[in-house]
Amino acid sequence: MPELPSSDAPPRKRPLSPHLQVYRPVLTMVMSITHRITGIALYAGTLLLAWFLMAAATDARSFATAAWVFNSILGQVVLFGFTWAMFHHLLGGVRHAMWDSGFGMDDPEREWLSQASLGGGIALTLLVWAIAFFLR
Amino acid sequence: MRDIDDGMRSDLRRVRYLGSAHSGTSGMWHMRLTSLALIPLSIGFVLLVLSMVGRSYGDVHATLSQPFPALLMLLFIGASIYHMQLGMRTIIEDYVHMELWKDWALAANLFFSVAVGLACIYAVLRLSFA
Repeated sequence: MPELPSSDAPPRKRPLSPHLQVYRPVLTMVMSITHRITGIALYAGTLLLAWFLMAAATDARSFATAAWVFNSILGQVVLFGFTWAMFHHLLGGVRHAMWDSGFGMDDPEREWLSQASLGGGIALTLLVWAIAFFLR
Repeated sequence: MRDIDDGMRSDLRRVRYLGSAHSGTSGMWHMRLTSLALIPLSIGFVLLVLSMVGRSYGDVHATLSQPFPALLMLLFIGASIYHMQLGMRTIIEDYVHMELWKDWALAANLFFSVAVGLACIYAVLRLSFA
């Protein structure tokens, strides 16, 4: 009969599921992580939208305060980041929808999709801010 | 199926996390549905915001109180808030494993989402009707 380990023996080291720290970073992995991080950023960013709308609904003075903050340098940096997070997350969602339906999961396509959504998010952000710059 | 000699324990304790409650994929499915809706809605939102860049308070108020922009905002807010609530729920369930903390985090997520969502919706409706 094989000897069973007694309950007070030190626990045997069992193999663990590999996690982030053992992998070399690759683009698809970085895009997956940034998808989650931009999602968290957008979650927090809804406070800005709520503030903007509540200020507009309150009166001209509240709106002027909010507009002043959004037009400050820090406000503009935050809004620029919010814009990028939104487009990055949007295109990441489109990429995930393609993968969900079984399209583009093989080697060249998945890299290409990741590069396209990364570049597309940056390009759309710059485009929107260029338009905003000419409109103001 | 309740133990007679242990009447304080409900069946919930027995079945929790042990099997399918036949609703396991609804979160995943609603996440997909809201993300699909958010493709056109977020593009519309960006265009709407662009149309208000550099405008006065009166112009912004007038824009947001028109029926179509207001409806776009309400749809965008509704889909976004539900989508982000589901997303944060997934993140909490992935990383927070202590039962008590997880429940509190999930409750906080729900409260935050509802509060922010209702603030946005209330503001849009007030812009239209007040």
